[in-house]
Amino acid sequence: MKPAPFDYHDPATLDEAVSLLGRLDDDVKILAGGQSLIPLLNMRLARPTALVDLGKITELDYIREDGGAIAIGALTTQRTVEHSQLVRERLPVLYEATRLIAHPQIRNRGTIGGSLAHADPAAEYPAVALLLDAEFKIRSASGERTLGAADFFVTYLTTALGPADVLTEVRFPLLANGVGWSFIEMTRRHGDFALAGAGATLTLSGDECSGARIVLFGVDATPVRAKGAEQALVGQRLSEELIASAAQIAREETGEPLSDNHASAEFRRHLAGVMTERALTEAAGRAGWTN
Amino acid sequence: MDELMTDNRKVKVTVNGVKYEASAEPRTTLVDFLRAELGLTGTHVGCEHGVCGACTILMDGRSVRSCIMLAVQADGAELTTVEGLSIDGQLHPIQEAFRESHGLQCGFCTPGFLMTIFELLEENPNPGDEEINEALGGNLCRCTGYQSIVEAVKIAAARSAS
Repeated sequence: MKPAPFDYHDPATLDEAVSLLGRLDDDVKILAGGQSLIPLLNMRLARPTALVDLGKITELDYIREDGGAIAIGALTTQRTVEHSQLVRERLPVLYEATRLIAHPQIRNRGTIGGSLAHADPAAEYPAVALLLDAEFKIRSASGERTLGAADFFVTYLTTALGPADVLTEVRFPLLANGVGWSFIEMTRRHGDFALAGAGATLTLSGDECSGARIVLFGVDATPVRAKGAEQALVGQRLSEELIASAAQIAREETGEPLSDNHASAEFRRHLAGVMTERALTEAAGRAGWTN
Repeated sequence: MDELMTDNRKVKVTVNGVKYEASAEPRTTLVDFLRAELGLTGTHVGCEHGVCGACTILMDGRSVRSCIMLAVQADGAELTTVEGLSIDGQLHPIQEAFRESHGLQCGFCTPGFLMTIFELLEENPNPGDEEINEALGGNLCRCTGYQSIVEAVKIAAARSAS
């Protein structure tokens, strides 16, 4: 297996990359860590006429706390996120999500921006970005714009990014003190893409649930909020029964998941409910709930 | 559409301490470059889409899958392949441990396992079972099974500690 021929560009700066992308035709692909793109090239499922390799652009490799958010440069590797003390202490849900991505060899090369721009519906970063309502900074020859996670993911492997756009930074808002969180998934084998997964954040006032956010992944064309389940929780006294009924709603809210040789649509829908129940229980525990 | 430009690029790498410079088409994967251009055939080509781990090498000290990297992306990097493990014909302690614990049969997956374990023990000289399993999760073995490979990691770790 060999990629089809392509024209190769390796700009040294973001400005250079953006102006290059402005000049090239629409058949160009951006190469970051390559952990999703190069398999597609090898199998010739993707045959771009040109690659713009961002690998030399060191200015997009950073993690910092900035105005109530963790800002991460798009070319930061998953391994760097995993090893970041800042992420671990200030936004452990992002650390947990990172640990679930593939294997160490993949995380050594794979970047956060690449993973988000690739937008696999079963991948962890798109889901955690939607869970935390992350902001995406995008540069093109015509300037900079910012999109929220809800507007960024469009459908399978498709985002709001145009062919000349470069995702430069993603900003994950910090969770307020006391907010419980969870991020879990079910895989056939350790490191595989999730059959289904769930992320949850939960806030308690006494024993009443005062805020909840639930994101499911692997069950639809993009990660999705389970809004009905969220609404069923808020304003109610938290109990095992309440969590179970929210999970049931999440399961029913799930659209038509893929059926493939890993799992049927029905099994994925079932898993969406199970993952929701477990994620809510874990998040509630971290929010101080003692049932 | 104009005919595609696929001009070769110069790729400079240091592999196992030796400097190399060769030209490669941009679409050449790193593992093909190592094997075909540099003649270093110890690194094996397995699935060619980043699943099996047979092609694992170290790039600047980090394990990477050389089948899902382009050679041009490694320009300027320091690489270590399985050929770099033994010194003066002496097996590396990880290789010794594989031999003792029967950590290989056909040997196809072995170079990838060795490089993965090399990185693991550099970072964590005394890994627990869970850490060993986490590290080895990205390498597939279809004949030996994993028990004796896990055993090899433990032998190598114990020996380097003593």
